[in-house]
Amino acid sequence: MPPDFISNLYVFILAGFVGFEVIKRVSPLLHTPLMSLTNALDAIVVVAAIIIAGRHETRLTTILGAIAVAASFSNMVGGFLITDRMLRMFKSRGSKQS
Amino acid sequence: MTELALQQYLDFAYIVAVVLFILSLKLLSSPVSARWGILAGEIGAALAVIATLFNPELVQYKWIIISLVIGAGVGVPLGMVHMTAVPQRTALSHAFGAMSAAIIGISEYYVGTRQVTRFEMGEISLEVIIGSLTFTGSLIAAGKLQEVLPQRPIVYRGQNIVSLSILAGALGLAVALVVNPANTILFPIMVLVALIFGVMLVTPIGGADMPTVISLLNSYAGFSAALLGFVLNSKVLVVAGALDGSSGFILSVIMCKAMNRSFTNVMFGAFGQVQASAAGVKEERVVRSATPEEAAAILAAANKVVVVPGYGMAVAQAQHKVRELYDQLTKKGVDVRFAIHPVAGRMPGHMNVLLAEADIPYDRLVEMDEINGDFPQTDVALIIGANDVTNPAARTDQSSPIFGMPILDVDKAHTVMVIKRSMNPGFAGIDNPLYYLDQTLMLFGDAKQFVGSIVKELGGH
Repeated sequence: MPPDFISNLYVFILAGFVGFEVIKRVSPLLHTPLMSLTNALDAIVVVAAIIIAGRHETRLTTILGAIAVAASFSNMVGGFLITDRMLRMFKSRGSKQS
Repeated sequence: MTELALQQYLDFAYIVAVVLFILSLKLLSSPVSARWGILAGEIGAALAVIATLFNPELVQYKWIIISLVIGAGVGVPLGMVHMTAVPQRTALSHAFGAMSAAIIGISEYYVGTRQVTRFEMGEISLEVIIGSLTFTGSLIAAGKLQEVLPQRPIVYRGQNIVSLSILAGALGLAVALVVNPANTILFPIMVLVALIFGVMLVTPIGGADMPTVISLLNSYAGFSAALLGFVLNSKVLVVAGALDGSSGFILSVIMCKAMNRSFTNVMFGAFGQVQASAAGVKEERVVRSATPEEAAAILAAANKVVVVPGYGMAVAQAQHKVRELYDQLTKKGVDVRFAIHPVAGRMPGHMNVLLAEADIPYDRLVEMDEINGDFPQTDVALIIGANDVTNPAARTDQSSPIFGMPILDVDKAHTVMVIKRSMNPGFAGIDNPLYYLDQTLMLFGDAKQFVGSIVKELGGH
């Protein structure tokens, strides 16, 4: 087993626990924005796609990388945008009158 | 600057991004701090993307720039969709996310065919299988939610055996590739088989189970990104994937609990099929109906009203009329609250978003567990487009397919009013004894029009 795998596994397990503890506390009111926000964060795979597209190793990998960049970056942009729009709509009675 | 020092700066940027991602989710714990959470997430993501553009491995920027522009061009309209389209948009973004993860895994395979070890081959195969099946599965889910595909479960005899054999086939090909990574012909076949399995996985699942399915696909999309982090040895992907994966997983557990069902039951149960036969044998029973005038008079005389919204409200786009009703009744001094069942609608939190869009203050939206104790003191429970989540058979009738599912105890309210198009049983085909209770009034009609008529009546007095 490569040593990188072990260190990645550590990170994965710790991040999984952190995620569990943090997300457990998210109000059920906000479960839809939670899903769109984690989608936007997950779109960080764009950084891997950028490297594949920009390394320019073969024509195939450049094309695949470019498709992945477009798909994940659209998730990032769209995910943050719609989460922000949704959260703007959540108003309490106090702020509604002001 | 040497390349090594630059690499360390990039790693540092990724660490900051990861910290901001976790903060972003933490700030989502309340609607007040949530918008700061978005900002934290955006800064983190921007930082990671900009840092990556300085990566010394990059030799050509043309395709990066072009595809970033295309991505933004697709992302902006997808971020601006109407709130009623949020479930299908979410499914589509799971599809995009999983597709990118699968594609990157595939290109990693074709870049490294010669030196790929068995261990790496195993990682890549697993990652590509999960990514591919999540891609097609999410596309099917999005199609069902957009009603391009039928929402009802599509089932046939022996379906589970066929689907599981296909999955076994994909895994078998993965094992064969691990044994001999040089057997390149197997790789595209494995991807194809995984893509087919994704289709098979979601077609038998009905619209009412979409909240669970969407959460599960969310979780798969996250875990495929985390696995990609293992393949590429990128910790930022491992963390972001783990966060997304555990978020989807938690939501799936919540959705399953709210339906008193297991994952296996949702994925392989083909819910709608069982009741189709049971719905045939039922005797005629008496229901009482009321006009908008009568309904308005009862609502105006009430002290406490609880509105129970469901998918039907979303379909009829009635949320803005419901807001007018809320305003009218509140003006008359009636205490109006909204009871939100966790699986109401087509995705977790769906009703909250629709009602918030209609400007209903979020402190009026109450969770099932918090509001259930209040129904005995409630004068009117007004059900708009919800069915199974109010069915008292879930508490009492052991033979009911939904027996044991936690429901909103609307039958304990003094008066129950149900806005419904007709007496036809809903999508799942389960008869609802609530409609035959003495205190129940059926309000037959389109949700939007009926609520509109009630509002007009209330305004007239």
